[in-house]
Amino acid sequence: MVETKMTKISIQDLTIHFGNVTALKNLNLDIYSNEIFTIIGPANSGKSSLLQSLNRLNDLNAAYRKSGKIVMDGKDIDDLDVESLRKRVSIVFALPFPLPLSIFDNIAYGPRMHGIKNKTKLIKIVEKGLREAYLWDEVKDRLHTPAMNLSGGQQQRLCIARILAVEPEVIMFDEPTSGLDPISTARVEETMRVLKERYTIILVTNNVAQAARVGDRTAFLLMGELVELDETKQLFTSARDKRTDDYITGKFG
Amino acid sequence: MSIVIVALIFAFLLKEGLSIFWRVPISDFLFARNWYPISDPPQFGILPLIIGSILVTAGAGIISIPIGIASALFIAEIAPRKTKEVLKAGIELLAAIPSVVIGFIGMVTLGPFIKEIFNLSTGLTALSGSITLAFMAMPTIVSIAEDAITAVPRQYREAAIAMGATKWQTTWRIVAYAARPGMVAAVMLGIGRVIGETMAVMMVTGNAALIPHSILQPVRTLTATIAAEMGETVQGGEHYAALFAIGIVLFIITFLINGIADIYLHKAKK
Ligand SMILES: Nc1ncnc2c1ncn2[C@@H]1O[C@H](COP(=O)(O)OP(=O)(O)O)[C@@H](O)[C@H]1O
Ligand SMILES: [Mg+2]
Repeated sequence: MVETKMTKISIQDLTIHFGNVTALKNLNLDIYSNEIFTIIGPANSGKSSLLQSLNRLNDLNAAYRKSGKIVMDGKDIDDLDVESLRKRVSIVFALPFPLPLSIFDNIAYGPRMHGIKNKTKLIKIVEKGLREAYLWDEVKDRLHTPAMNLSGGQQQRLCIARILAVEPEVIMFDEPTSGLDPISTARVEETMRVLKERYTIILVTNNVAQAARVGDRTAFLLMGELVELDETKQLFTSARDKRTDDYITGKFG
Repeated sequence: MSIVIVALIFAFLLKEGLSIFWRVPISDFLFARNWYPISDPPQFGILPLIIGSILVTAGAGIISIPIGIASALFIAEIAPRKTKEVLKAGIELLAAIPSVVIGFIGMVTLGPFIKEIFNLSTGLTALSGSITLAFMAMPTIVSIAEDAITAVPRQYREAAIAMGATKWQTTWRIVAYAARPGMVAAVMLGIGRVIGETMAVMMVTGNAALIPHSILQPVRTLTATIAAEMGETVQGGEHYAALFAIGIVLFIITFLINGIADIYLHKAKK
């Protein structure tokens, strides 16, 4: 089977500092459209810092310095309007954090913020987001109850639906299942597999098995450096670098 | 314990004040237009006093609520750390000034100023009262609202920013929204302070027990009436009872407002 791979995001010589801590060193990699790009590595290896550079959330941190370039669809992201970049490249955090609103209003929040007022349109968007996040059947009868009443796994999928409602192109997950039970985790993973048909997915996980289950390609980061990047199957069956092998077989990390 | 004390105070007010209603029906007391307690026969209609209180309080609210909430948002969300500390110290200082002093400053500076710009015969008006009281409500509103805003979890802001919200949208739609119950409580407590205020209002409102036709006329409030006239009454007399009856009215109003503020503060804590 021949696939044509389109580069969605290209990271070129990216180095990141927070004050005098180097979080990423000379990173070069491309992320393709419609793949699940998985990033693994022990704590403090720079995984979150990388994600937060991609949507420029790091810009809010005064200690943040970067060199190198991040290019999306051929354009340097520093040249884009930061709010529309964040709308296109969205992030799901480790802990779900519904806003103190009803389920419906949580999901309608983004579209409303971006200027959509029409009620029927909002109802459509909310339903679409919930369906895509595989939450619709569980909540369709209680859309106007507080989102806080949902279970942890449902809240995480609510956060995914909330993001889908602003129609992003890239969805980044930062250890999205670290606070969830195995059943909820399986649901979220299933959701990601479906979402990649229409979105580009970047998944950071400290759960090596999860990377093996859902990743198309996997990058191994260690102390801010890219050690190895390959097709997930390849990486997990025959890693070329000993450190990768040690990490995925659980010898450290 | 505090409930017992409050109940005792209320019982005392009732004991001293209720007798007026043998002579003046409650509806006349509340809604008659003339307050001439020492003419013959005396007239005890507190409507002008109620209107005076409402006018001055509403004016103070209209001035202090938007400014107070905006300042709280600015201090909590926008100001850099240094500015924030200076502003918070300033607010505390303002809260610590005794009301007589604020009243005095209002009387000697604000009064003449208002007289001048509106070309009035006296500058001691409902408007002067409102402005003076706004200064007293502001520190309460700002400091409680600021606490409520600061208590909004960081994750709400991050979620909004990550969805492409601007700083302004985040502050306004997420933070202010989540802090709403706390801000309502802040406003209630600020206004509560204003309603109970006596000395400052006495000094700047001109103290005329007439139904005003605009905010540029002198008024007299419920509290100021009690303070000004209590010294001249005969204990146990009609006038004396009427002043206590005003106390009952004030007590009920304050009680209701604090009750509402309490409900919202509890909501904010949850
Ligand atoms: N906001 C920050 N301020 C200062 N240092 C930070 C900040 N975020 C991350 N770092 C540092 O950057 C390095 C990489 O962190 P991070 O990207 O969070 O790693 P990971 O997500 O892989 O655990 C760590 O040494 C961390 O201490
Ligand atoms: Mg991390």
